[in-house]
Amino acid sequence: MSKDAVLTFTDKGIYCAAGDFYIDPWRPVARALITHGHADHARWGMGSYLATHAALPVMRHRLGDITAEGIDFGEVRQIGGAQVSFHPAGHVPGSAQIRVEVGGEVWVASGDYKIVDDGLSEAFEPVRCHHFITESTFGLPVFRWADQRDVAAALNEWWAGCAAQGKTAFLGAYALGKAQRLMAMLDPAIGPILTHGAVEHTNRVLRDQGLTLPDTTLANAELSPKDHPRALVLAPPSALGSKWAKTFGPQETAFASGWMALRGVRRRRAGDRGFVISDHADWHGLLWAIKETGAENIYVTHGYTDVFTRYLQDEGWNAQVVPTQFEGETLDASTDEPEGAT
Amino acid sequence: MKRFAALFNAIDQSTKTTVKVAALADYFNDANDMDRLWTVALFSGRRPKRAVTTTRLREWAAEAAEIPLWLFEDSYAVVGDLAETIALVLPPNDTEDKSDLSFWINALRGLADVGELNRKTFVIDAWNRLGGTERFVFNKLITGGFRMGVSQKLMTRALSRATGKPEAELAHRLMGNWHPDDVTWHQLIEADDATADASRPYPFYLAYALEDGPGTLGDPQDWRAEWKWDGIRGQLILRDGSYFVWSRGEELMTDRFPELARAIDHIPPGTVLDGELLVWPADQDKPSSFNALQARIGRKTVPKKLLAEAPVVLHAYDMLEWQGDDLRDAPFADRRALLEQTCADLPPEAPLRLSPQHPFESWDTLASLRSTAREAHAEGLMLKRADSPYLAGRKKGDWWKWKLDPLTIDAVMIYAQAGSGRRANLFTDFTFAVWNGNELVPFTKAYSGLTDAEFRQITAWVRKNTLQRFGPVRQVTPHHVFEIAFEGIQASKRHKSGVALRFPRMARWRQDKPLAEANTLDDLNEMLRIYG
Repeated sequence: MSKDAVLTFTDKGIYCAAGDFYIDPWRPVARALITHGHADHARWGMGSYLATHAALPVMRHRLGDITAEGIDFGEVRQIGGAQVSFHPAGHVPGSAQIRVEVGGEVWVASGDYKIVDDGLSEAFEPVRCHHFITESTFGLPVFRWADQRDVAAALNEWWAGCAAQGKTAFLGAYALGKAQRLMAMLDPAIGPILTHGAVEHTNRVLRDQGLTLPDTTLANAELSPKDHPRALVLAPPSALGSKWAKTFGPQETAFASGWMALRGVRRRRAGDRGFVISDHADWHGLLWAIKETGAENIYVTHGYTDVFTRYLQDEGWNAQVVPTQFEGETLDASTDEPEGAT
Repeated sequence: MKRFAALFNAIDQSTKTTVKVAALADYFNDANDMDRLWTVALFSGRRPKRAVTTTRLREWAAEAAEIPLWLFEDSYAVVGDLAETIALVLPPNDTEDKSDLSFWINALRGLADVGELNRKTFVIDAWNRLGGTERFVFNKLITGGFRMGVSQKLMTRALSRATGKPEAELAHRLMGNWHPDDVTWHQLIEADDATADASRPYPFYLAYALEDGPGTLGDPQDWRAEWKWDGIRGQLILRDGSYFVWSRGEELMTDRFPELARAIDHIPPGTVLDGELLVWPADQDKPSSFNALQARIGRKTVPKKLLAEAPVVLHAYDMLEWQGDDLRDAPFADRRALLEQTCADLPPEAPLRLSPQHPFESWDTLASLRSTAREAHAEGLMLKRADSPYLAGRKKGDWWKWKLDPLTIDAVMIYAQAGSGRRANLFTDFTFAVWNGNELVPFTKAYSGLTDAEFRQITAWVRKNTLQRFGPVRQVTPHHVFEIAFEGIQASKRHKSGVALRFPRMARWRQDKPLAEANTLDDLNEMLRIYG
């Protein structure tokens, strides 16, 4: 990378000198462009934030009183010497890839993305560019996602089985994105969907901005589990097996994550069942997205960076690893919890 | 193979013992004879001979998946299981195969007699025919190591439920040399037990660790104490003029210990002894370290020189059979009396010794004896109730191991690497260093001892504090101090620090301890001087 590259990688984050802004910075800066609201991308303490209108409500909910501005998908904005626009990344509702053009050279920072349409997030759109910054959370050929309908069928079968045995079904998932995607996959005919507070707060924000989600009931301290037979409870992973969860009596727990593709991880973390579903691209998805950009220069920021980069190099791309503080999909809640959350 | 794959899924998807046992018992009730016989064989470690090398399997899988071999290898390093890696990288398909488990096992065994090209065609065809769990199970059949969260104990319990026979009897029936080719389900599980193989061992009785000292065990007079040796638990069987040596892992190790053949000259046939295999040269007053024994185990045939340098002796502590009679129901004190009689007049050249008992008046005197175990090259003490029968498997109550506390040292984490398999997305493999002046000298790796929550916490920290990457290894900011526990220390030329530890693990994350207060290389050398 030459010194006057459109985007450079600094110890604060991805920096655009022409527009004097950062993309998803991890240290406080004056001006931040944010791909999406997960905690490793949208951090507290920036002078100003720019994100899609669809991503902003969750960011405001999580980061509190911030100086922020919204932008439409596809809207082009001039910031200093840079032309900037946001394009759907398909990761969670409102998530974007950020396109930056300076003097005819186009860079795209994709944040986190998946290429399948989950029916809830704005579907991923490939953006032609010269330089593409990609994640590689699941950048190994062992990761290959099944059709969402098949996973939905297995999920509902499990829930119905729990209901038939008089057990509450506990499903662990990130509060932002994964939880809502799962809700949309569930068959409400089986029973009521109850939610942990962290999930329900995010639901409320997303419903307020116009997203249609199935009916849910907040499982707070006043709720009596006995009044909700056949229920499925959606909760962040950290709440599975907690004191609160135990008040629901006999139960099975399941976990929904791309990591559940690995038997070892499934056995360590899944409780009773693991469902393989991720808001990140699988191996073939990553390769497809990269090809679609037409970019020759690829920067791999997080995940199986070394392996994925070597493969891209073998296949003829000018690829390199760029260490960042992005975390991708983890099995604990750190990515999903706003900073300073209790 | 559908039925077996369904069993696999039922077991794999549950963490509950009751569910696993029920699934297995159902399977034993409704699978065909050959399939259930093979299932018992597989779950007791009797796998078909490997017909294809793992090297070829990797190459073929990479080719079938259309990925370079290095990428397959790197994926395997993350997944941690070859059979699973292959199943995952191949394109998915729905299986329609109707063949049973025995068909596939026999087909695989048939591969030994065909050329490599035919083997490859067969394996790739099988990958195309089998999908999902069946493909994974098929790979497991080739690669062996059939572990799926079912211990032999669980399987025996399920068999007991399916057949109505007592667990202990079934455990004994399943011991030793048998193979699905030579025995029917009826002979192995149901028939009267007259034709047992001469080599067949008894299930080992295993002790639990005594965590809080012997105070709660009652009257010291009811108990017997002996050293807990740091060797290999073994059963010596003398029957029909032959001898057999079994390890606790139920491996027949007769050929590795030719010196034990001379036991036949000193002990009558129809005798089975339980004891510890130790390297113990005649001119020494204590056994050699475990390393010396390890050199012996590694050899299937033993060169003369090694035989002379590292002679193995069985230190017997129990007698399970005498004159062909099963003694296991007799009280330990009686079995022991017979053993002592039998070993009383052994000449020095016999490859057999009596492992001595240590008389003691009170738990306090025993505690002070225990504190000298390391000097005797023992790991601690064994406590056995004088009137206890010889049970099968790990049982609480009558036998306890009262080990020495491990040695410990406070060390600084300097490198971290992601784990594989169960821990693929966590940093779990760490390198630790001690101070040498202002420099940190690495001296050991450790992988275990932290809780999942702690591993998650340290993983998040590693991500934010990586200084440099060397492939999968990350150099991290020296910051965290861990208490490393280990069982022994030896000089080593292969390690920069000059020492090698035995069973190192993380005992505690010393978040209270500042970096500067970690131990030094001098401390480590002092431990080497005392305990090495």
